[in-house]
Amino acid sequence: MKTITLAQGNGGEENRQLISELFFRHLKNDILQKAEDAAVVEDGTLAMTTDSFTVSPIFFAGGDIGKLSVCGTCNDLAMMAARPCYLTLSVVLEEGFETRKLEKIVRSIKKELLENGAKVVAGDTKVVPKGSVDQIFITTTGLGEVTVPGISASNVQKGDVIVVSRDIGRHGAAIFAAREGIELESAITSDCASLWPMVEKVIETGVVPHAMRDATRGGVAAVLNEWAEASGVCIEVDEGEIPVSETVAGICELLGFEPTALANEGTFLLAVRPEEAEKVVEILRSFPGNEAAVQIGEVTDSYLQKVILRSAWGTKRFMDLPTGELLPRIC
Amino acid sequence: MSLQLKDLYDKFRDPATIKALAKLIGEEAKKLERPINVMEVCGGHTHTIMKYGLKQLLPESIEFIHGPGCPVCIMPKERIDHAYILAQQPDVILVTLGDMIKVPGSKGSLQDARSKGADVRFVYSPLDALKIAVENPDKTVIFFAIGFETTTPMTAALMDQAIERGLKNLLFHINHVTVPEVMKELIDSRDVHVDSYNNRIDAFIGPSHVSVIAGAKIYEPFPRAYHRPVVVSGFEPVDVMEGVLMLVKQFSEKRCELEVQYRRSVTYEGNLKAQAMINKYFEKRGLFKWRGLGNIPDSALKLRDEYAKFDAEKRYADILPKEEIEDHKLCICGDILRGMAKPTECQVFSTACKPSSPLGSCMVSSEGACAAYYKYGGVM
Repeated sequence: MKTITLAQGNGGEENRQLISELFFRHLKNDILQKAEDAAVVEDGTLAMTTDSFTVSPIFFAGGDIGKLSVCGTCNDLAMMAARPCYLTLSVVLEEGFETRKLEKIVRSIKKELLENGAKVVAGDTKVVPKGSVDQIFITTTGLGEVTVPGISASNVQKGDVIVVSRDIGRHGAAIFAAREGIELESAITSDCASLWPMVEKVIETGVVPHAMRDATRGGVAAVLNEWAEASGVCIEVDEGEIPVSETVAGICELLGFEPTALANEGTFLLAVRPEEAEKVVEILRSFPGNEAAVQIGEVTDSYLQKVILRSAWGTKRFMDLPTGELLPRIC
Repeated sequence: MSLQLKDLYDKFRDPATIKALAKLIGEEAKKLERPINVMEVCGGHTHTIMKYGLKQLLPESIEFIHGPGCPVCIMPKERIDHAYILAQQPDVILVTLGDMIKVPGSKGSLQDARSKGADVRFVYSPLDALKIAVENPDKTVIFFAIGFETTTPMTAALMDQAIERGLKNLLFHINHVTVPEVMKELIDSRDVHVDSYNNRIDAFIGPSHVSVIAGAKIYEPFPRAYHRPVVVSGFEPVDVMEGVLMLVKQFSEKRCELEVQYRRSVTYEGNLKAQAMINKYFEKRGLFKWRGLGNIPDSALKLRDEYAKFDAEKRYADILPKEEIEDHKLCICGDILRGMAKPTECQVFSTACKPSSPLGSCMVSSEGACAAYYKYGGVM
């Protein structure tokens, strides 16, 4: 009897297989099959998305499940250049959950809604017996107004350059460190943040990115691979250019992870025309926390549907989709 | 100023040094009378070579053969079945390291057992099992111990602590294996069904972390009795490149010696305290079956008889099967582990066998040769 494994929720290869072989197979339609961050509906004027949030611990350095549940959904809208407008909020609580903690989470939600200029217009609350869920699960659905049409994972074009908005892997590293009780000399905080203010600024200057995507589960590696596949292009990246903080690099060294496979919650990638790259980087760097924004590579046609990582000593290799659960190496 | 981890590895990934070593190897290789096949015994080296694209920097006259040094890859199905069965016993928590939970046995992997309700946990360090045992006094915690010389001292330390604290609910299923015996097996195969590997392996790169514990001395017989030079190397790209240079030089200068590249922590004798701790709790197992390699004498450890009460293999002897299990017919992990074939020569590589749905263990482990080829291979 086949059963669901944790690896199938990793945002990588197994997760993709589950989605395509089960959900897409039964529920497919023109909009769903585009597999964008948010679905563009109503003649391209509205974008819609939904996400469920389960995270352990629920309060972590740099955020909490409340902030995450607003950022995650609003960021998916922002990646389609859609201004977040309305959210629904569905909360499943475990019996015994402290009301004080719930209030803290709701305050955090309120704060992050303000960042996005969005509001919660409908909601639902369920309480289940102890042990049925891990403390609290939150589902948010978002509706946004599309400001620039045509942005798509399948619209990455040869000659485009790839820009990353900040140093990568912070959310994954922070959650790992908190969950596993890894004591670090320098604290690591999640990058959890709302991206709409940055996207709005980019678009206001007249730049029209060909594609944008926030690098959540599966990390930067998953986004680049999805783009390469959906757009039928090759993406070549300079390993040495990818910004990684020393703490994240240290955690990866210790546990044998690749920073490009770690999750982010406030970091996104853009594919833009080469002449727009400098302007985009400058705008991103003007936002606090995003000083490391940088161009990391470009789009070519050398190995279609593949991502190539170039080393500083002149060798090349493929950067694949992360697979399996993130597990530390043995020796 | 405090020391950052980065400071420790940065110079061992320095592009200028790597390029300079590549140039030196190229010059030295021109003096070779024939191409040489270097076996990197450890999967960690395979990954360094693939991840950093080092093969692309070397002349064609130097070929790498991937060896059997991955604790997950060499675990036969029957041992994984032991873990699977133990995990399903009532009130048992099965604890193991990293990738082990993904390897398929004949009944499934530990990951499958977990999705069916078994309490399977992976830990970073064997000592984490101690905490689990203390926090769950009503459960039996079984540590499924795996690994080469590198991880054995930690299992011994766990045993030491368990005894000191008087823990009654922590048991061990020991699968520790040793490097020199399998290397000898590769040269001296007694298996009549397999071609002699004798002529393929010209030299070995020995894993530094094994020798940090066991000393460089464990490789002494290879240059002396088997006429195969050994260089004990670290895992950073500069280490591997320097190790290769040292080997090539031995050939061009017609030497055959045991040398240590990783002089920053490897001594001839190794860590004597760790060796004493291992000897206190473990003794050689007469025979141990290695996946794809068959039964190899004295190549693994077991708990000494005086610690039988901690031995899960003995405590659960009635329910643990003893018969051997064949591997998947299409999987050539055995040939890959023996250095007889490359992952890409396997007909199911990256088709029926992928990291997400592995047929063989070499595709499972992050140190397996197939996983390295799948993840990093293929370009240029």
